[in-house]
Amino acid sequence: MLGPDFENIVRLLSRMPGIGSRSARRIVLHMLDNKDNMMLPLAESLQKAAIDIQNCQDCHTLDTSSPCHICAAMTRDRSLLCIVENVADLWALERTGSYKGLYHVLGGTLSALDGVSPDDLHIPHLITRLDELQTQELIIALNATVEGQTTAHYITDCVKGRDIKITRLARGVPIGSALDYLDDNTLVTALDSRSAM
Amino acid sequence: MDQWRDQGIIINVKPHGEHGGVVSLLTAEHGRHAGFAHGVQSSKNRSQYEVGTIVDADWHSKQTDSLGTYKLNPEKSYAVYALDDPRKLLALQSMSALLHLTLPEREDAAGIYDASLAFLESLKTEIWAPTYIYWEIGLLQALGFGIDVSECAATGTQEDLVYISPKTARAVSRDAGEPYKDRLLPLPQFLKGGGDFDDKAIADGLQLSGYFLQQRVFGMTSNLNLPDVRHRLYASFSLETSDQT
Repeated sequence: MLGPDFENIVRLLSRMPGIGSRSARRIVLHMLDNKDNMMLPLAESLQKAAIDIQNCQDCHTLDTSSPCHICAAMTRDRSLLCIVENVADLWALERTGSYKGLYHVLGGTLSALDGVSPDDLHIPHLITRLDELQTQELIIALNATVEGQTTAHYITDCVKGRDIKITRLARGVPIGSALDYLDDNTLVTALDSRSAM
Repeated sequence: MDQWRDQGIIINVKPHGEHGGVVSLLTAEHGRHAGFAHGVQSSKNRSQYEVGTIVDADWHSKQTDSLGTYKLNPEKSYAVYALDDPRKLLALQSMSALLHLTLPEREDAAGIYDASLAFLESLKTEIWAPTYIYWEIGLLQALGFGIDVSECAATGTQEDLVYISPKTARAVSRDAGEPYKDRLLPLPQFLKGGGDFDDKAIADGLQLSGYFLQQRVFGMTSNLNLPDVRHRLYASFSLETSDQT
């Protein structure tokens, strides 16, 4: 055993998603073997990130500046606003490189039993932003789950009355997948949303 | 080792650990029963364990009183029939929340299980809203607070029953209720075994069952309010009705 400092790092690392105590030990040993190349730069980066990274005042994503680099970019299409549940979803859409509008991160979805109400999400701020940005199209990119769609319908109700086109992501068969392996829900939805060829 | 196998409806999934969750089921023979299930919150599996999904459940535990572990096999999902309809979604969530919050754990609830299955099946049809109200009245009955619409509480007549007394939960005829009509609850005609329904009738039905759920279940046993989703379900019908008038 290397003592309490070692154990403390293992304990902290093993709290991370996907990392158990065995993996944490291997990570710590790997870092100790590469102190200069790995451990010290990582420690420095973590400290800098903890200080610098914050939520964007406009879209609520994480960035080192507020407004974030997406909200500040004048090249983005400001008539498009895409609503996502969390930062991970925003990153997923950004990875595609095909969306050039702005985002709004809700920070969760409405949940009856967990007591998450509209006031707990960034919905009031969304309405303010829609008016300020004079958004022409609102893309609701929330998960196709009961709670995700409940939130989507709630937002649609809130936006009703404004001259804004509201769209949602398509649902159906993922590219490259075999029908035989799809769950029933996806197949039913794909059949319902079939399109002419 | 205690073990059983049963069919159940998922009424709540509470994340526990990285991918697992404590799943609450309404089962056919074991009532409302919770257990830990591996993998139900993973991004790959989460969609298969939505509320309203029928599962084949295999529960085992070393001790009868402990939480135990489920092996779940999803059989049929009903969420897909509700995703595009905000009212159906609210009703589905309201059903799950009411079952989770009101039913005692591990006590037989076969009647309300069958009624819940009937409501889930109705999500494919146009009569899901009255079916939901019948379901809530069935839930009240299962909890010991039935509503009697067979005859007038004051005169005994079976004709022209248009009110429900908030005190006795019994029907009142138009003539007998006239002097007190501001204090009585409207009785939608479809609850007397037929007839058409519109948004106003559904709103009246939700007001009726909601009143007794609040007064006799939530208010008395737990001093809580009806879940927010249930309020929004009522509002979705009552606001549309008031917009039309």
